[in-house]
Amino acid sequence: MLSIKNLHVSIDGKEILKGINLEIKPGEVHAIMGPNGAGKSTLASVLAGRDLYEVTEGEITFQGKNILDMAPEDRAKEGIFLGFQYPIEIPGVSTVNFMKTAVNEHRKHKGLDPLTASDFLKLMRDKKALVEIDSKLTNRSVNEGFSGGEKKKNEIFQMAMLEPKLAVLDETDSGLDIDALRIVANGVNKLKTADNSTIVITHYQRLLDYIIPDVVHVLFDGRIVKTAGKELALELEEKGYDWIKEENGK
Amino acid sequence: MANIDTINKDFADLFEQGKELLSNGSSDCMNKTREKAFVQFQELGVPTRVNENYKYTNLIPAFDHPYNVNLRYMEVDVDLNDIFQCDVPELDTNMVLLTNGWYYGNNKVLTELPEGVIVCGVQEASQKYPDIFNAHYGKYAKPEEDGIVALNTALAKDGLFIYVPKGVVIDKPIQVVNLLRSDRDLMATQRNLFVIEENAQAKIIVCDHTLTHHKYLSNSVTEVNVAPNAVFDLYTLQNQHLNSVILNSIFIRQDKRSNVLTNTISLYGGTIRNNHHVLLDGEHCENNTYGMYLLDNKQHVDNFTSIDHAKPNCLSNEHFKGVMDGEATAAFAGRIFVRRDAQKTEAYQSNNNLLLSDDAQINTKPQLIIDADDVKCSHGATVGQMDEDALFYLRARGIDEKEARQMLMFAFAHEIIEKIRVEPLKDRIDALVDTRLRGEISKCNTCALACKN
Repeated sequence: MLSIKNLHVSIDGKEILKGINLEIKPGEVHAIMGPNGAGKSTLASVLAGRDLYEVTEGEITFQGKNILDMAPEDRAKEGIFLGFQYPIEIPGVSTVNFMKTAVNEHRKHKGLDPLTASDFLKLMRDKKALVEIDSKLTNRSVNEGFSGGEKKKNEIFQMAMLEPKLAVLDETDSGLDIDALRIVANGVNKLKTADNSTIVITHYQRLLDYIIPDVVHVLFDGRIVKTAGKELALELEEKGYDWIKEENGK
Repeated sequence: MANIDTINKDFADLFEQGKELLSNGSSDCMNKTREKAFVQFQELGVPTRVNENYKYTNLIPAFDHPYNVNLRYMEVDVDLNDIFQCDVPELDTNMVLLTNGWYYGNNKVLTELPEGVIVCGVQEASQKYPDIFNAHYGKYAKPEEDGIVALNTALAKDGLFIYVPKGVVIDKPIQVVNLLRSDRDLMATQRNLFVIEENAQAKIIVCDHTLTHHKYLSNSVTEVNVAPNAVFDLYTLQNQHLNSVILNSIFIRQDKRSNVLTNTISLYGGTIRNNHHVLLDGEHCENNTYGMYLLDNKQHVDNFTSIDHAKPNCLSNEHFKGVMDGEATAAFAGRIFVRRDAQKTEAYQSNNNLLLSDDAQINTKPQLIIDADDVKCSHGATVGQMDEDALFYLRARGIDEKEARQMLMFAFAHEIIEKIRVEPLKDRIDALVDTRLRGEISKCNTCALACKN
């Protein structure tokens, strides 16, 4: 599904990602862990198409298509979803209008007619229930005045609405209390099918108690330095990241 | 280019030579006020950029043009009721037409107005209702402070008069459509007087339109007196062509416990100058002054506002927002006075601007003059570009860049539209603003408007 080869990425001339290789197959859940500043969020942003970053070398193919030249909206319509670490508040843009526009853009891409108003509302209702998000929130402007937990739930709600093939969840667990974490993880698990894949980017192991990864990678200093099964997450939780740093001579 | 002295002298000549036409048909009250204003105009002249209040709007190019001036009512050769039909769906209003500043002679009779409400031309009102007229005419505008207000007062012949008697509530808004229609370049002078008596309520929607593509200079002054406990809304929709100049001065006096909301929306036009003066002249008044300007090309809009808290315990909210593209220029000046005895004043003001191009320019100047010590006041101005993070967020959900920009611009503007207290008007303005922000011209009538914008 996703294939990243020798990916080098810079921002303002400073190299952040120094040769990432990653293969993800349909139905797999990959966790990317690593200390602060390793490049985890950069990788997520680059996958979604943020133009602040410059890809200096390497390639990313998604379902056989080179996505590096694609605009963020085209990547989204191809099926890539980024759950933001810091979801943006957009006063004045209603969540309903935002989602209706987004869903219909996706449908147009697939050659489908826009949803009728009643079908759209039904879809909203179903997906809201899935992520246990309150109507009070979805009736407001996008993320405006939401708590940290509400914003993260709203990300998963949007993911549910758009049904991506690849979801990249960037520190979706940060700032969540245990109840919100459970709801968010539960939402992700319910959306899981044999065909879609998930990248869970996290600093801590806790989220991985709920979203069980098939593969765990450790990203350090712009490179993937370790790849193993889910037991690696536990090891990191126990030992911290210092041993990784030592192994890699820093 | 003519210099300012020539322009001022031309007006002096016009006044002297047109004296008979000017005084004909006007009441003594109007003519006395006129004489005095002319002297004031001779002292002040058309304001130039030397005048601090006109620093950002150069009126010389607007005035330096051989306009036609009609000092008497010109019969209209077509039925304007047929030409102009506002297509705002669901917006059920009492519609009044004015042509080139004059009350249109063939206005349909407004049969649905409550008893005692008067809607007619200013000239007619000055003759027919002298008691009401003389008590208010010229009492709120300040020709001594602004040359264009003095010029308007000196040349004023007609305009719209609205009187809402004590305790009367007009449910349906009164929609005033100012049509500029001429076969040559024209300067129009319009003078309006709205009197809202105690405990009365009225909503007025003013739409400015150009029906032909001649160069227009429209200089209008509106005086409003809002008596105790009355509620008054004034929505002004400026939608003209690039060759038009709108000078729009509004003076509102509020008595105790009155509640006023104004919303001035500049959708399209060449040069627009709004002078907006509010006097809170009784305790426990509420004033809401809102405005929005959407500019591109070389359009220019200058909102010059002053809110005078003369009495204690009043609340004012002022908010203007602008979206500017191309080489458009705008200015905002917001002056809030809190006089010495106006304790417990609450006055809030902000001006936010979204610049879409490198060449668009805004000069914004909040100004608070506070002579009382127990007040809550705030002011703030922002000038910014499109929020790139928000743009990326929308795009990351599959919304294309153009649409995402549109959504953000619209959201920015919507905060002002939201304040409209007439539901169908709100929806209509939403639609007009949406079209306008897509770079199209929002025609809001079914007239065969063939403007070369």
